[in-house]
Amino acid sequence: MTTPNEGSPAAEAERVSAAVLSGMSTPGQRGIIVDSPPGAGKSTLVVRAATSLASAGERCIIVAQTNNQVNDLTARLAESDPQLPLGRLTGTDYNVPPAVRALPGVQVSDKTDRLTAAAVIIATAAKWATVRDGTWPWAILDEAYQMRSDMLLLVADRFERGLFVGDPGQLDPFSVIESPRWIGLPHDPTQNAITVMQAYNPGLPLHRLPVSWRLPASAAGIISNAFYPFSSFRAGTEHGTRRLEFTAAGMRGAVDATLDTAARTGWAQYELPARHTVRTDAEAADAAAALAARLISRGAVATCERNPGGKQVGPTDIAIGVTHRDQADQVRQALARSAPGIAAQVRVDTANRLQGAEYEVTIILHPLSGRHDATAFHLEAGRLCVLASRHRHACIVVARAGIAELLDAYPPNEPVRPGVRAKFPDGWEANQSLLAHLSEHKVRA
Amino acid sequence: MTLLATLARLQAAAADRAVPLSRVRHRHLASTPLVIIPLTLAGHPATPVAAMIGTARGSRQLLTVLQPRNHELRLRFLTRLAQTVLQYIAGRQQSAETVPAYKTQPERRRYAQAPQVIVPNQASRDYLGLLGRSARFLPTDGPYAVDPAVPAVGKWLTFLADNSSQPGSALLADLTSFLAEHWATGQSPLEDANLAAQLAWIDPPPGLSGLQAALVAEDPLRCPPAGPATDPGFDQAVLWPLVQTYDRYTTARSDAGIKRAAAEIESALRGQLEPTWDAAWNAIALLQALPEAPSAGRRWAEDRDLFTRYSTYLVDDGRPQPRRDSAVAAASRLGRLERAQAAYDAQRALEDPYILAGLRTIGEAFAGQVVSTDPSRTVRSGTGRLLLRPRFTVRTADPVRIGTEQTLACPSYPKLKATIAEVTRSGDSADVILEVAAGMGTVARPAPDAVPLVGEQVSCTIDPGYWAPRPFPTADQTPWTHGGPPPRPATGLTQELRP
Repeated sequence: MTTPNEGSPAAEAERVSAAVLSGMSTPGQRGIIVDSPPGAGKSTLVVRAATSLASAGERCIIVAQTNNQVNDLTARLAESDPQLPLGRLTGTDYNVPPAVRALPGVQVSDKTDRLTAAAVIIATAAKWATVRDGTWPWAILDEAYQMRSDMLLLVADRFERGLFVGDPGQLDPFSVIESPRWIGLPHDPTQNAITVMQAYNPGLPLHRLPVSWRLPASAAGIISNAFYPFSSFRAGTEHGTRRLEFTAAGMRGAVDATLDTAARTGWAQYELPARHTVRTDAEAADAAAALAARLISRGAVATCERNPGGKQVGPTDIAIGVTHRDQADQVRQALARSAPGIAAQVRVDTANRLQGAEYEVTIILHPLSGRHDATAFHLEAGRLCVLASRHRHACIVVARAGIAELLDAYPPNEPVRPGVRAKFPDGWEANQSLLAHLSEHKVRA
Repeated sequence: MTLLATLARLQAAAADRAVPLSRVRHRHLASTPLVIIPLTLAGHPATPVAAMIGTARGSRQLLTVLQPRNHELRLRFLTRLAQTVLQYIAGRQQSAETVPAYKTQPERRRYAQAPQVIVPNQASRDYLGLLGRSARFLPTDGPYAVDPAVPAVGKWLTFLADNSSQPGSALLADLTSFLAEHWATGQSPLEDANLAAQLAWIDPPPGLSGLQAALVAEDPLRCPPAGPATDPGFDQAVLWPLVQTYDRYTTARSDAGIKRAAAEIESALRGQLEPTWDAAWNAIALLQALPEAPSAGRRWAEDRDLFTRYSTYLVDDGRPQPRRDSAVAAASRLGRLERAQAAYDAQRALEDPYILAGLRTIGEAFAGQVVSTDPSRTVRSGTGRLLLRPRFTVRTADPVRIGTEQTLACPSYPKLKATIAEVTRSGDSADVILEVAAGMGTVARPAPDAVPLVGEQVSCTIDPGYWAPRPFPTADQTPWTHGGPPPRPATGLTQELRP
């Protein structure tokens, strides 16, 4: 790996952020790219960049991917500087939540010419694509790896220089149209915005945020090795700063043993017996629900740098991550049966929807569990990376035995295409790497 | 594949006969399609060996290349193919209709017909695209001039191949995909790419089950492959010795020998092509027998519009399609395909109960009984105006995985548009409260029968609605992120230069 990191994580992260901001304040490249591993303070950087542009008197726009992200950023900006005049540009058929409308300094409109007073205008990429005139000196494009390059084509005329921020390890954007027509072209419209922009502008400065503030020390190295092989990062906290404890002792049983392993090491794999199942594996869904219910009923307490005195882990602090929407439905139903008291509060969602979210403890259904084949979809590194990097304390993986054998039976056989750059990490490799680590934290059901 | 499609496949395997997946035909079938069955030389892309082509089962033309490695003979083949195809296309340009102005669109002329080229399978479809690509840039002057018909047909074949990926388009259709949209067989989708085997499941000969007939159809001696790749056994044992004989007579300049060898090659290739020719027309007859979906005619009208526009372009400009899409062209093409896919999926679900049932299994549609209604419910708009927003509740046992941001449509209430206001689950069923957003009239004049009655069975599915094409910049306005404006070559081959 790279040279050992020197100095405190905070100092190191500050060095990179300062470099990004100073790059922005000096004339030069039209684009600056910031790669951010999970929980590395991407939103903080976006807020900081926007406020520093505003204080320098430069107007800027922020392009995010979903309305939730836009609302979130608006709230964070208003919180960091209540004096800052903000514009929340919105689509005509979207109702901006009252909480966002009530923020200090925030103006809401569906037209940019009604937001001329705003120093920062925030909207989704889809909304910016409908704005046909006006050019701003700066744009900050958040989650730019989840933005398709055809969308960039529509918004690129709105700004002179762009700060592109995103996590390269998460899920790629997708299209319902599968066509070999553009494979290998530098401007393949199904590729993400940054890949296309880099293909045409190979010299753009690239910064990497070096510290994950979300992931605990037990996970940062594992996720970094598995999913970010060439841009390692480390945890912002030391081993021992984050602790997960239970107020009620466990009984003899696999569920409690799994929870204890997760509390002790930050990882656990609850292994069901090998079996080929349909996508909606009832046993796996029940196991995920049982683990969540038991975690709450044992009174988990999380101690961390934010709550040095410890904090009760509530149902809203945990999430169950799955691959398909029907699996999410099934887990929700299982949870409603086994723990009706918490079912409505525990977030159960697919990897796609969990992108960007953060929880104290996550329980995930392994994408390859129970499958008889390993398709490119289920092998995708981004999917596993999203699922395995949402937690601040512990991640519990529910999987059927036999995934290692499945991986061996399905070596990667994607064709190599001229003009297409190899993507790292390869999903197969990433799966092996995480699986090897999990094998040390296995509890048989 | 939906759960229902998987089930249909299992049922077909158990019953030894294909199971219908659809009650109507979702794509238009022209009264006189042009069927083309191309064969290519093994290992040589875009090196044709033969083609059978014609507009009716009884009127067919066999085109062959006696020595496929001979460039002259290949060009002669292409010229003859071009003449047939161009003559067919010219026949579709004979009569036109006037489409009246609508909203922002001015009045326009549209050909009453459009070409419909039918090939046996997807590989043949791609092959026509490949032939088009290799022919459309050939020069019509200079030392290597070719007949002007060759680049002309190259442009038309490219036009057809480019548009064949548009969901619902019927300009260039391949039969195996066409059949697979309407029948589930008891074999894998890969095996379905063999037209003879697929047809055997759908319409087995008397006395044979689908599986038995499919096994017979897989024997290359009894059912030669539908192409474009030929049976290697035939290549080695039959074609190669015949071509060698032809070469010997050519070297010896024996006219009688050449004639005899040519007749033998043609007869051998005819033997390879004839079974597929018959199968293709059998498949067309099967598809013809299905009733056409109402929206298929509308999609065909779009095809005819496209055909008219391209015909006009060829007269006005006429430069061949670029080798590769520019950044702007690629992005707008992707957008167009995505919109077409969404519209096609939605239309099929509304017109075909089988497809709607498939969507119900994956939670993208639901059906059930109306348990309560509130047809006169009103709300205040943001400006304080009173709006009619009726609600009704459907009790369903289907999994409902539709977000509140989606607009829904009901096949039995074509004017109604609704959104989900609330879903309450109890046990295995769910009560879905729907709020009507369009088709209910106004407070002063509520539309009669706009809302279903209590006790009625209704089904609802996602309506993607119409969304306007995105306003991509023109190619000379390509932004710096996508390499800036592409260089504009003098010849009209807007070829992309890689960075």
